[in-house]
Amino acid sequence: MRDFGLVDVGLLLQAARWTVLLSLLAFVGGGILGAIITLMRISRFALLRTIAGGYILLLQGTPLLMQIFLAYFGLGLLGVDLPPVMAAGLAFTTYAGAFFAEIWRGTIESIPKPQWEGAASLGLNRFEQLYYVIIPQAARIALAPTVGFLVQIVKNTSLAALIGFTDLARASQLINNVTFQPFHVFGVAAAIYFALCYPISLLARSFERRLHVGR
Amino acid sequence: MSVVEVTSVKKSFGSLEVLKDVSFSVDRGQVVVLIGRSGSGKSTMLRCLNGLEQIDAGDILIDGFRVSERGANLRQLRQDVGIVFQHYNLFPHLTVERNITLALTVVKKMPQKEARAIAERVLAQVGLAEKIDAYPEQLSGGQQQRVAIARCLAASPKVMLFDEVTSALDPELKEEVLQVVEDLARNGMTMVLVTHEMGFARHVADRVIFMHQGRIHESGPPKELFEAPKTPEMRQFIAATRA
Repeated sequence: MRDFGLVDVGLLLQAARWTVLLSLLAFVGGGILGAIITLMRISRFALLRTIAGGYILLLQGTPLLMQIFLAYFGLGLLGVDLPPVMAAGLAFTTYAGAFFAEIWRGTIESIPKPQWEGAASLGLNRFEQLYYVIIPQAARIALAPTVGFLVQIVKNTSLAALIGFTDLARASQLINNVTFQPFHVFGVAAAIYFALCYPISLLARSFERRLHVGR
Repeated sequence: MSVVEVTSVKKSFGSLEVLKDVSFSVDRGQVVVLIGRSGSGKSTMLRCLNGLEQIDAGDILIDGFRVSERGANLRQLRQDVGIVFQHYNLFPHLTVERNITLALTVVKKMPQKEARAIAERVLAQVGLAEKIDAYPEQLSGGQQQRVAIARCLAASPKVMLFDEVTSALDPELKEEVLQVVEDLARNGMTMVLVTHEMGFARHVADRVIFMHQGRIHESGPPKELFEAPKTPEMRQFIAATRA
C-alpha cells in the first residue's frame, strides 16, 4: 500500500498515450473501412449492398466488448495470437467502420436525387457524380456527427483494458490496486478522458454551428 | 433530316405503363412541344431521350446514335442531348463558373482556362455574364434557371430538352427564362419542350404533340392544334388550361 501521488498521475498520463494511439488507430482504420463499406452500401450491385448492410447490422447489434473479446480470445483459439494492442486495434477498426459507414450513408442519401441526375445529365459517370457533386455536399453534413462519434471511440477504448491492454483505464485499475484510493485514481483518469474528449466535442459543435450559418 | 427519331417506345414503372407505343421525330432546328395532363407521360418521354429513364421497348435514335442500345455510350449521348430541369439542379456548393465548367473539365478534359472562356460565352448568351463568380443561392430562381440553361449550352448539344423549366418559378420570373428559350429557338437550336405555358407553346413551337394516357393523342402545327382540335380530349385540355 502506498498513497496516490504525482508519480501515479505521471503513470496515468503515460498510459493515456495508449488510449490516444488506440483511438487514432480506430479513427484511421475505421475511417478507411467505413469509406469502403459506405461505397458498398450505395452500390448499384445488390450483393455488395447486402453484404455491407449485413456487416453494419452485425457490428451495431453486438456489444463492442464481445467484439474485442472475439478479436483477442476468439482469434487466439483459432491460432492467430495477436498482442492486445493489435487485437484491440482490429476490433475498433471493424466497430468504427460500421458506425462511420452508417453515418456517411445517411448523409449521402440526404443529398436530393436531382443532384445525382443533374450530374448524370452532364455526362459524369457514377464515380464522378459522387466525387464532384455528392460527397462535397454530404461531407459538410457528415462532419459534425462524424466528429461526435470520435468522442464515443475515445471513451470506448477503455473497454480494451479488459484484454489486458494497458491504456488509461487499465492503468488506473492497477494503480487503484496498490493505492486503494479509487476516488483519486479514477477521478484523475476521468479528468484525462475528459481532457481528450472535450476539445473534440468543441470541434464537433463548432462544425455544427458553421453548417447552419451560410455555406 | 431528323435529329431525334423515336419509334414505338414503351415504358412502364412497375405495373404502370406510362408510355404505350410512342413515335415521333424532330428535325434539325425544329422546336417540338409536348403538352398534356400530369401523368400523361410527357416528362418520362423527355427523360428517355437522354437515357435518364430506360425504355422497355422500341427505339430512340439521337443523330443516328441509338440510345436504347445496351452498353450505349452515355457520356457522348449526354454531351449531345442537354436537359434543363424544373428545379434547375444546379450544384449549390459550386460557383456558377464551376457549375458550367465541371463537365467540360471532367468529361471533356478541357483545361480550366479554356472552360472558363466557354462559361463566359454561354453566360453572356443568357445575359448573366456578371454572375460568373456567384453561388447559386445568391441568384433568383429565374437567374438560376438561366445558369442551368447556360450549363447545358456549354456542351454544345445537338438537342436541348426542357422539362417544365418555368413551373417552379414565380410568374414575374418566368418571362426572362422563356425569353432565353425563345432566343435559342430562333437561333436554330433543336429542342423538345415539356411545358404548361400554352401561350408560349403556341408561340415558339413548330409542332405540338398532345399526349394522353401514355400515347400521342394528337399532333400538328400549334395553330391547327389549338384552334381546331380534332379530339374531345384535346378540346377539354385546352379548355382546362384556359380556365
